[in-house]
Amino acid sequence: MNLDLLTVDSARTAVLEKETTATALADAFYKKIEAEDGAIGAYLTLCKERAYRQAARIDALADKGDDLPPLAGVPVAIKDVFTTKDVRTTAGSKILADFIAPYDATVVSRLEDAGAIILGKTNCDEFAMGSSNENSGFHPVHNPRDRTRVPGGSSGGSAATIAAGTAVASLGSDTGGSIRQPAAFCGVVGLMPTYGRVSRYGLIAFASSLDHPGPFGKTVRDAALMLQAIAGRDPLDSTTADVPVPNYREQIGQPVTGLKVGVPPEYFDEGLDSEVRAAVEFGIQELKQAGAEVVPISLPHTPYAIPTYYVIATAEASSNLARYDGVRYGLRVGEGKTLSEMYRRTRDAGFGAEVKRRIMLGTYVLSAGYYDAYYLKAQRVRSLLARDFDEAFTKVDVIVTPTAPTPAFKLGEKTDDPLAMYLADIFTVTADLAGIPGISIPCGKSKEGLPIGMQILGRHFDEATVLRVAHVAEHALAAKVY
Amino acid sequence: MVSEKDVSYVADLAHLELTDEERIRMLKDLNSILGYIDRLNQLDTSNVEPMAQVASRYGERKGEVMRSDETRPSLPREEALRNAPVSDGTFFKVPKVIER
Repeated sequence: MNLDLLTVDSARTAVLEKETTATALADAFYKKIEAEDGAIGAYLTLCKERAYRQAARIDALADKGDDLPPLAGVPVAIKDVFTTKDVRTTAGSKILADFIAPYDATVVSRLEDAGAIILGKTNCDEFAMGSSNENSGFHPVHNPRDRTRVPGGSSGGSAATIAAGTAVASLGSDTGGSIRQPAAFCGVVGLMPTYGRVSRYGLIAFASSLDHPGPFGKTVRDAALMLQAIAGRDPLDSTTADVPVPNYREQIGQPVTGLKVGVPPEYFDEGLDSEVRAAVEFGIQELKQAGAEVVPISLPHTPYAIPTYYVIATAEASSNLARYDGVRYGLRVGEGKTLSEMYRRTRDAGFGAEVKRRIMLGTYVLSAGYYDAYYLKAQRVRSLLARDFDEAFTKVDVIVTPTAPTPAFKLGEKTDDPLAMYLADIFTVTADLAGIPGISIPCGKSKEGLPIGMQILGRHFDEATVLRVAHVAEHALAAKVY
Repeated sequence: MVSEKDVSYVADLAHLELTDEERIRMLKDLNSILGYIDRLNQLDTSNVEPMAQVASRYGERKGEVMRSDETRPSLPREEALRNAPVSDGTFFKVPKVIER
């Protein structure tokens, strides 16, 4: 069995039809991880005991000849920002290096209820803050397509497991592009669902109004099947919406004839890499060939998205990260003479440079005298960015853009310039701010052989149309990608 | 412009100490990022409502946001204390609380 070619459906079918067992599949993946992940660094923690327990449960079901749940036996990886009961959960931070979570995130228990086998926890930028995975408190991840390059971030480990074939599907979180951008850099599919579609319960918070859990897969279908398992209202997250979850399997495979595809010139400006431009324009032509109507639209406030994002995300982060104080869990440094001395020593030692930078920026924009000028201003511009999309979606069904302005950059290339790093998210932050769904699919390769991603954005809670368009584009572009 | 004094003030609010080296770097980075953020002032937003979160714009689940105030199972004390760096088995322990 070639593990690199396994998909969600083929893994499940292999277990259902007794070509293999869930236990044997888990064995094979752990062997591959042990042989190959050292050079990639995608995993931080393996949870074999838990994986084999679940595999045994699936094998028992298969032995009885019962029909199997939709993800039965599918080996998956989980970004280490989701809590996993009795398994180390670090958020990529030294401040949580020894944290053993006392409960499961909703997405984790839903995946296991659907039959998935959780192999382990994946590396990421510390507290999901970064665009290259170089901010991991442990070690960077190398892009499996070119090991001298970054896998993107912050869910770089989860994207890399799919590109390296060390998991069939995985989970990430997207706050400013952290699923879609690494999907583009690693040449895999990454889906950010609508805000409120997937529960954040057990997702270690970075920016609560922007954090979106979502899946990675080799194919659009795999991403859709993963979404099916995790989507829907959760009483434990009051921001999840009580909106019916359609059957995504039925939606994909539908033609795109008559659908309107919006193309905004703001995403194709002079800063865009010429090879990325050519690949995405080719993808748009393929959608036209497939029967979609291409409509020019405008998203005029796009140039203001990055500054808006870095005010709101850091403000929320400075508040969310106040909880790491050495009292209830995590690192504690020095007893100190006073409580506040202990807080400061703990936080100085536990947080990395980027996290400190964002806590400082967020604290500054919320501080007396600057709140209106920065935080409230950014919230007003957020309304304008959301309105741009509202307006566009009265004219079109989806919007197609590049996912990132360049293919994967070299390790170390941007680590000294935080602003240059932030601009890697220029085409992805807008959807997080508006809360709309988006997917990145591979749409070609650069001359150097680096993957290029195409982004498809849709209306709130209309992942079905996004997946449908992505599926048609994926098949039309297969020759360019592989 | 952010000054060295601002860096100290904000570090204090954020419960960070920061080394001298980190402070120099922070001053440079904050000024560079805030300089970029200043482009938001090109926009007139005097008649635009601030948007704090997504769900409120779409009005799902009107009136259902509040749940009933009922006792529900929660983490047992032992579990809640399991990750505590220092505890006496009943409470979290902290250094003496004396304000700076």
